[in-house]
Amino acid sequence: MFNLEFYSEPKPKLEGVIIMNAIIEIFPQLARGLHVTITVLLASAILAYLMAFIAGLCRLSGNIIIRKFTGFYVEVFRGTSLIVQLFWLYYAIPMLFGIQLGSNWWTGVIAIGLNYGAYLSEVVRGSILSVAQGQSEAATALNMSRFQRMRLVIFPQAVRMMLPEFGNYTIQMLKGTSLVSLIGMTDILYYGDILRSSNLSQAPIVYLLVLVFYFILALPLIWLTRKGEHISKKGVANG
Amino acid sequence: MNNNWSWETFMDALPFVLQGLWITVSLTITCYLFALLLGFVWTFLRKVPNKFFNWVVTWVMEFIRSTPPLVQLFFLFYAWPMIPGIGVTLSPFTSAVLGLGIHFSTYIGEIYRSGIESIDKGQWEASKALNFSTIDKWRKIILPQAIPPTIPMLGNYFIIMFKEVPLASTITVAGIMLMANSYGAQNWSYLEPLTIVGIIFLVLSYPSAVLIKKLEVKMNARFDKNAAIK
Repeated sequence: MFNLEFYSEPKPKLEGVIIMNAIIEIFPQLARGLHVTITVLLASAILAYLMAFIAGLCRLSGNIIIRKFTGFYVEVFRGTSLIVQLFWLYYAIPMLFGIQLGSNWWTGVIAIGLNYGAYLSEVVRGSILSVAQGQSEAATALNMSRFQRMRLVIFPQAVRMMLPEFGNYTIQMLKGTSLVSLIGMTDILYYGDILRSSNLSQAPIVYLLVLVFYFILALPLIWLTRKGEHISKKGVANG
Repeated sequence: MNNNWSWETFMDALPFVLQGLWITVSLTITCYLFALLLGFVWTFLRKVPNKFFNWVVTWVMEFIRSTPPLVQLFFLFYAWPMIPGIGVTLSPFTSAVLGLGIHFSTYIGEIYRSGIESIDKGQWEASKALNFSTIDKWRKIILPQAIPPTIPMLGNYFIIMFKEVPLASTITVAGIMLMANSYGAQNWSYLEPLTIVGIIFLVLSYPSAVLIKKLEVKMNARFDKNAAIK
């Protein structure tokens, strides 16, 4: 209450000083969660990329069982939301498989990785399918094996097309990491919540700073996405 | 904690969780309509012929888009009432509508923009040559051509939004997610109610996704026909 009265006083300079002090105080507090956010992001991004290529290629496989099985994985993870998957895995992993992962960190990484892996596998599949049919035929005419065709001709062309979407989904993953605070991981948002509950009137500055934190983390990803868009468009003939 | 899967619990939790379905669906629809409207605002703000203003709008959109919706919800629900002068307490439902609506409006604004940019230059010139007023130009020439091709993309965002709505359970909106969590807390078994939530999402979102895919194919076919006539 005291703080609120202070704010409403018409002394802009004083108010500014208070806000500056609060920022200086809050910033290092939030930064304590930085390494959790970043490690969860990196690990889940690696898992997601891996799943994307595995599932994306499996869905193009000639074997119907492999195709249906990966199709099931992709549709289940794309059809439900990340927050549901996160909580489900949080309770289900120890229960169904009888193992403790040892930490919630892994639960978060697995949930985010599998979720965005499913989305990205569609990107991989779509990009490979969109490489012109003639390329594949030409490679066959040059007597390349199926594997050579994919590795030397189709894949290098498809990867370029994937870049912008991979960038976009990595930003989505960064946003998704904020959910791990809900299962007790000490990320940026977790420390933000702690600060808010210790001083309610500070809430606006705390959450604004949390948002700024995430935005700063997103900036390099935004830059990379734009770069990826540029690369994917460069020197490619249409059709 | 209960360590085994039990169908009894499953059947017991089902009606309890379903109580939240109406809230989840109505929240999705309200958020979506709000985002559709706000998307137009972004599109027109970006059309303002002032470089600096444009730059500001672009970065504000980028900021909203690349920060977590969860934090934005917390900001609206917990922080907004604390802001001196303009702060008012928002109900959980209103916070969710504002938070998710604003977040997704930035995406929807981009979709509108892509639709408008796809309009042939000749159409703009023709409307000028025929002396259409600005309102008539948008209402009769540009928007009727720009919006229909974006409908499948807009439909996709409806599904995406539906899947983001359970975030609102964190600010106590009593949708299916919150119902599942409170059932879990009461009966000390979370897995069954959460599985129900997963199934509900899958049952509702998968058929809609298939439907939109069909719509997309249909729309594309119509496009090609138009292109052929041209």
